[in-house]
Amino acid sequence: MANTQAMTTSFMGELLTATHNFGVAPIRAVTTVDSFKAALYLASATINASTTVYTVTGEVSGTGYSAGGVAVTMGTVPTATNSSTTAGVAFVTPSASITYTTVTLATAFDAVLIYNSTQSNKAVSVHTFGSQTITAGTFTLTMPTNSTTLALLRLATT
Amino acid sequence: MALVTTTKGEMDESLLEKKAGSVDNDNEYTTWIEYWLNGELVHRSAHVALKKNISSVVEAASFN
Repeated sequence: MANTQAMTTSFMGELLTATHNFGVAPIRAVTTVDSFKAALYLASATINASTTVYTVTGEVSGTGYSAGGVAVTMGTVPTATNSSTTAGVAFVTPSASITYTTVTLATAFDAVLIYNSTQSNKAVSVHTFGSQTITAGTFTLTMPTNSTTLALLRLATT
Repeated sequence: MALVTTTKGEMDESLLEKKAGSVDNDNEYTTWIEYWLNGELVHRSAHVALKKNISSVVEAASFN
């Protein structure tokens, strides 16, 4: 069993039906940004491109950590930029670090699942990192620069 | 006097042994800090800066 960094296939399909809304959609029950959350997963879990929704299976547990994880701040609307007449990139990055404050997570974890809690907890992406444990401390995930090349989530044509 | 949150409550940093380190590779830049009391780990925090994004190539099919 291992976690694999990936944009979930379900998410890519759901983009075509506007299941996920990082900004404003033309026809929707609401036009506000959906709520996204970030859950941490044990190194022994199997979270990858096949993950379709948030699951408690393999999720970390410990003092100070609530199942489901923490909210992700999406304060910046997606950007779409043409790089040529035939290519472009659309991208978005959470506008703040993801922080788990004063937690104890004794079993090693190495992945975070970002998912859409407004849309039935549908999965968005999995990000892996070196295995960690936390003891009465804080775990922080700092986001990359929200740019055409560094943004956390990118859809590109070549 | 700096206070550190530990498994035994708030403690003065001067009473604890401090260890820190970092990992820098293609995927992440991670820093961590630990505080030990008489050989027991009483605090560990980590900070991960992700370097690799999730990128997906989108293609439009042609009709020919």
